[in-house]
Amino acid sequence: MDGLSVGSLYALIALGYTMVYGVLQFINFAHGDIVMIGAWLSFWICARLGWAGNDAPPSLARAAATLLFAMVVCGTLGFLIERLAYRPLRSAPRLNILITAIGMSLLLENVGQLPIVFGTENQGMPGLLPKETLLSVAGVNITLIDVLIIGCSIALMAGLNHLVYSTRLGLAMRAASFDTKTASLMGVNINRTISLAFVIGAMLAAAAGFLYAVKYTNLNQPAFPTWILLGLTAFVAAVVGGIGNIRGAMIGGVLIGLLEKFGTAYVSSSFKEVYVFSILILVLLFKPTGILGSARVEKV
Amino acid sequence: MPLLELHNVKVRYGAIEALHGIDLNVEQGQIVALLGANGAGKSTTLRTVSGLLRPASGTVLFDGKPIQGLPPHKIVELGIAHVPEGRGIFANFTVDENLAVGAYTRSDKAGVAADRERVLEMFPRLRERLRQNAGTLSGGEQQMLAIGRALLARPRLLLLDEPSLGLAPQIVRQIFALIRRINADGTTILLVEQNVHMALDAASYGYVLEVGSIAMHDFPATLKTSDQVRKAYLGVA
Repeated sequence: MDGLSVGSLYALIALGYTMVYGVLQFINFAHGDIVMIGAWLSFWICARLGWAGNDAPPSLARAAATLLFAMVVCGTLGFLIERLAYRPLRSAPRLNILITAIGMSLLLENVGQLPIVFGTENQGMPGLLPKETLLSVAGVNITLIDVLIIGCSIALMAGLNHLVYSTRLGLAMRAASFDTKTASLMGVNINRTISLAFVIGAMLAAAAGFLYAVKYTNLNQPAFPTWILLGLTAFVAAVVGGIGNIRGAMIGGVLIGLLEKFGTAYVSSSFKEVYVFSILILVLLFKPTGILGSARVEKV
Repeated sequence: MPLLELHNVKVRYGAIEALHGIDLNVEQGQIVALLGANGAGKSTTLRTVSGLLRPASGTVLFDGKPIQGLPPHKIVELGIAHVPEGRGIFANFTVDENLAVGAYTRSDKAGVAADRERVLEMFPRLRERLRQNAGTLSGGEQQMLAIGRALLARPRLLLLDEPSLGLAPQIVRQIFALIRRINADGTTILLVEQNVHMALDAASYGYVLEVGSIAMHDFPATLKTSDQVRKAYLGVA
């Protein structure tokens, strides 16, 4: 159950990597940091509104408001990052934009550490969602918070799935992802599609950050390795599922989450990362395009 | 006033100038053939008209209004559809989805449905394969899909880049018959072709590009008898 809820968080984050990769064939290394910002923004707004503190009562309305706030701010941030940092480099060699993404990642971490932003102290996220155990089935504890996390992730992913596979806008996004030039000849506004991929990706990352914060409540300082590892694991999930493939990212996320938790429970928790990256190596060896990925023919 | 006018259009790829200032007119209702050897700049000309390339200088007028420098999606909205070289089929989409992307700029559902019906009537093979992945179609079917998809944008000017490339002679004849029919239905066409015979038979005017400049332009009957064209492109000594 824990694996499923962690897995759905990975899936939410992996979607951002995969959508941006789909249209730009570029790994947005700053994406993991949006998750951190989403988590910290959730804490920040709660502290501002006086909802912080360990004795704060669980409240679905407050949780929803916090989630919405984090998603809107991160969505805007995602839009600005693409607009200001990546778009000017669109026609530059691929390596330039990759280095810029790593720079952006460091920038976000370090700006996050500034005293006027989030500071360098760990913080305790208020328990906005109730922690109680709903029921135990065969020794598996099903907690309300995990159910809420999974439900929230499924709702967001179902929304995205509908947008991408059943709307005109989604058709345009998929067309742009297959072939940007031809899509533009069909009247698809490529710049707008790319912005949209960044905004949606950042909003999902913010949601993952928020859910992560309410699940674990201990918020590490912005540049702490847990955040980097969280982003990296989600990136592995995107690759395992087939990078560029939206449904693949969802499957990859859940798979990695389950694997990590089962490995931790039955073998050893000190090998947590080993499971994740072993799977990455196995997938790269035997099916380099990922579970749902299709071979992309390089045009010469 | 011509539907499309190019004045002294120069296009560069980095330091290399691919078009050295060309002038070209396409009158309303015509099929204009743009001929020339590989690398002469035919595809470059089409890409410049549809906005994939920006001219370094010169003007492109569509319906009397300058369109050079506009992004491709704006140019489609103005009424120019470009069927690119290699067809640009979305291979992982179904045939139906490919057609839907073609109508992306339009919001008149009834009009789109009517045009889709018209396209399917024109290309019956596509109707049989609507739910099939476009990547599984034969080359000729893909070309028909590419043209049908472009028609769904309801263009006033259709740019066709090598529609006969890599197709069997019988399919090429079918494609050319369809090109004439689309033109007879009121769409102006600028046609880039290596198949000079077929292109000149269909066209009402022709331009010959040589290494980035217009070498000659005239009516097809005159071009066919010109020594220069006969030697270079018709394989007649």
